[in-house]
Amino acid sequence: MLMKGAEAIVKAMEREGVEVIFGIPGGASIPLYDAIYDCDIRHILTRHEQVAAHAADGYARASGKIGVCSATSGPGATNLVTGIANAYLDSVPIVAITGQVGRPFIGKDSFQEADTIGITMSVTKHNFQLMNVEEIPTVFKEAFTIAGTGRPGPVLIDIPKDIQEMKGDFDFNGKVKIEGYRPTLKGNLKQIKKASELLVNAKRPMIFLGGGTILSGATDEVRKFARILGAPVVTSLMGKGAFPENDPLSLGVIGMHGRKAANYAISEADVIIGIGTRFSDRSLMGGVGNITCFAPNTKIIHVDIDPAEIGKNVKVEVPIVGDAKFVLNNLINVLKIKAQKDNEWIRKVKKYRKEFAPNMDYDNLPLKPQRVIKEIMSILSKDDIVTTEVGQCQMWAEHFLTRSKPRTFITSGGLGTMGFGFPAAIGAKVAKPENNVIDIAGDGSFLMTCQDLDTVVKEDIPVVIAILDNRFLGMVRQWQELFYNKRYSSVNLGKVNFVKLAESFNAKGIKVTKPGEIAPAVKDAFKSGETTVIDIIVGNEDNIFPMVPPGNCLKDMMEG
Amino acid sequence: MEENHILIAMVEDRPGVLQRIAGLFRKRNFNIDSITVGHSEKPGISRITLTVTGDLVILEQVMKQLNKIVEVLKVIELYKDNSVLRELALIKIKIENEANRSEIVSYINIFRGRIIDVSNNLITVEITGDSSKVEAFINIVGSDKIKELARTGITAMGRGSSK
Repeated sequence: MLMKGAEAIVKAMEREGVEVIFGIPGGASIPLYDAIYDCDIRHILTRHEQVAAHAADGYARASGKIGVCSATSGPGATNLVTGIANAYLDSVPIVAITGQVGRPFIGKDSFQEADTIGITMSVTKHNFQLMNVEEIPTVFKEAFTIAGTGRPGPVLIDIPKDIQEMKGDFDFNGKVKIEGYRPTLKGNLKQIKKASELLVNAKRPMIFLGGGTILSGATDEVRKFARILGAPVVTSLMGKGAFPENDPLSLGVIGMHGRKAANYAISEADVIIGIGTRFSDRSLMGGVGNITCFAPNTKIIHVDIDPAEIGKNVKVEVPIVGDAKFVLNNLINVLKIKAQKDNEWIRKVKKYRKEFAPNMDYDNLPLKPQRVIKEIMSILSKDDIVTTEVGQCQMWAEHFLTRSKPRTFITSGGLGTMGFGFPAAIGAKVAKPENNVIDIAGDGSFLMTCQDLDTVVKEDIPVVIAILDNRFLGMVRQWQELFYNKRYSSVNLGKVNFVKLAESFNAKGIKVTKPGEIAPAVKDAFKSGETTVIDIIVGNEDNIFPMVPPGNCLKDMMEG
Repeated sequence: MEENHILIAMVEDRPGVLQRIAGLFRKRNFNIDSITVGHSEKPGISRITLTVTGDLVILEQVMKQLNKIVEVLKVIELYKDNSVLRELALIKIKIENEANRSEIVSYINIFRGRIIDVSNNLITVEITGDSSKVEAFINIVGSDKIKELARTGITAMGRGSSK
């Protein structure tokens, strides 16, 4: 098939089923954008490349498909980097396409030249530089395969401008075999049997779910497994929603700002099965590399598709490399056990669940964040999608908000990227236009990417941004209060008029100061079908508690 | 226990693959003691010999992380008692007087080195062997006598039918 490189790129993406590209054109990608002008793929112009990458990320997390973003060479590509790194740490499948200066100009410090391949090497699952026009079909096929299979992650394709311009003869039907890339899907049966023996004999078993269970689409299997085993379930931040948090067996998220019941219970478990989790330092705190601190009497079964995650942060008794869905199905078949609905462990865990249920019923003025979350939650249906910014707002959402379905809680877990929530909400809304999407934001975080209010208004992507407005970079302030003698260094923000900000972009803005105003504001915003910024004034020195101070074991939590 | 380990990685010979490997070591805070790269018996496939220091947990992580690089086809560990290890060193030695010259030449003979260049007050020697042999030679000559030293780092192969 004879056509221009840029047309072949578009065709390759169409063949991968790409529906939408988030991006910004520039000098080195003008030929590509000329081809995009004629195609059926929707292109959403963002106002910053970081937003394009996060939106592709949010799209991927909400839909389970591969998100695509695009930027020009040099500054366009470097602006994507934060978004790519974010997707890398949270194992989100995105493909990033960057323009590059023409091949004759590479290496000459040409205008808008940056070593995109070198810069993104350590934050991508893989990256390609297209130096031969006829490789376009193969490289795109490989890129989408690598991004979306195994442990998903971002893949970048860097395309010199002259490659986009030149004609080539393309074969789109070639088979692709990537020699050095063969993810293990099926777990070893012997290991699975060993795991089941350990679980059958456990007195205090615990299921610990990470984001991998959501990525693998194993949530039905997880439910079945928990029922059969009769074991309580905790999750990491990334695993939130993998198991219904309103289920009596669910204890919520563990970790630095996890639920008390979850942190206590996992510390007492005698067998922990971690599924699709990397046992991160924010989940384990002092327990990384120190099993006696994490769960002193436990044996760990670790199921993960990435062998490198096994044994990285904790010592593992039974490693199982494989896809969560495959392994759980096998495990369910092998487990010959009848769950006891009522044993000492379950009774204890249920007691914890009741005793340590968080209090959200504050009538205080200024508003308490706990109350704000409660009011927002009262409006949410189980299919509505919550994204979060990063910092205290994120941890309030993690701790107090409950979710019952996968892909309905989207947050920057690994990289902790401020400015993520709003762009992720854009991507989620594009993926799921029929669902309400709300970004639980902080004022500091929202200010990092708020310019894309112009994008959502222009493109008619109605999302709701609920700002827990405390006029501080709250999480840093909290640490300065607790650990640095209240020396508030560079954390003060101004009193931004977010209503006017929203209105200047032709979006809706509303200010909320009283408990009774929150739910109606969210409800109206969802109903209006317009992007709405809800500026919720909360106390400026509220803290997120409980908190496991750095270095402490999970059970040693700090309270307000 | 911290130990020296020898790893062989078979990699596709593509631009950037060495940067990927070197970058991985830096990013994960692993130490490379030496790295050698060259063609293997298969066209398009390069063979990399890495020596790394670390305990078994580190070694396992190094191997697993290397395996995740798409261009890396295979990673194996070689054990010293079942492999052939060789390193080549070019050493330029200062000669002070005639007695000193014959002393150095006798060392070269004992170590089965080869003199590859001679001038008035310098001898350039090629030494091949495992690293301890190269080090022993350097020690006996004395580092103050060495004007220039170029070591290739270890390249290695399993013995007989072992991998």
